[in-house]
Amino acid sequence: MTNMPFWAERAGAPRTLAVEFPFGHALGQPRNAAQQMRVIRQALEVLETADTPGTIVHSEEAWPLPPEQALEEWQPAVPSPLMKVIAPRFMQIMREQRRKSKATKP
Amino acid sequence: MPVDSFKYLPRAIATYYRMTAAKSELPIPWTPVPRPLSQCTFGLVTSGGLYHMGVERPFDVEQEKQEPERGDPSYRTLPTDVQPSELGASHLHINTRDVVEDTNILLPIHRFQELAAEGRVGRLAKHAYSFMGYQGFPPNTTAWQEIYGPEAARKLAAEAVTCVLLTRPDLTAPQTRPCWHGRSKQLACPRSW
Repeated sequence: MTNMPFWAERAGAPRTLAVEFPFGHALGQPRNAAQQMRVIRQALEVLETADTPGTIVHSEEAWPLPPEQALEEWQPAVPSPLMKVIAPRFMQIMREQRRKSKATKP
Repeated sequence: MPVDSFKYLPRAIATYYRMTAAKSELPIPWTPVPRPLSQCTFGLVTSGGLYHMGVERPFDVEQEKQEPERGDPSYRTLPTDVQPSELGASHLHINTRDVVEDTNILLPIHRFQELAAEGRVGRLAKHAYSFMGYQGFPPNTTAWQEIYGPEAARKLAAEAVTCVLLTRPDLTAPQTRPCWHGRSKQLACPRSW
């Protein structure tokens, strides 16, 4: 179960159900047993029907809250200690990206 | 509609992942399901950092605060008859509020007990296993691959588990192979967050 099939594909997971839920909520919202069960039943179907290594099935299940709210709520209240270390690297990458896209524009 | 892997990621992280991700060169593992699910024993594994409070230590987030580029590679064993109130979560990269409120969103013990009761699956194993998904930056999953992963797998096999549901709740990127990024030629492939 993942919300990032991008990684499942690159890592080579044998069977994956991808669900577009925010991080920290692989199976759904707390106290929403019906939603959790729908997702798990889909995962069981994938297990039963997949016949090819690397199968990724994309669930149609939608997160019921606005994306901006979900993006805000999954993140830790305090940024992880890593963020301080890698923020400068990210900035560098973004700068390089911008420079490259400017250079390729006619 | 295909799931958008980057929908809930800040833009900078998404850009970084897109630029540095490499595909595994290893063959994809495959074990056919040996019998109908109604006769299978299910194991649960999560990388959500859950632990049995008062029985096992939380994941070592204090060490991670001192050394942010390293993550605790050990795992925790969770009896599936545990009271939800006895489970805690130690993970610095996601907000653990909701999983503490209802651990079924990462470790669906109650849902699988219900599925077993209705006969959809055989039964739930007596123990589940929990890892903490952040394995450093650059990620290093060697201890997972060589020590803790095989150890948890042996324990699952000892309980005659036939199928495992793994929930990955974090931005963790699994280690596939090293890749090189940018002109600096520093090893910079994120495999875990």
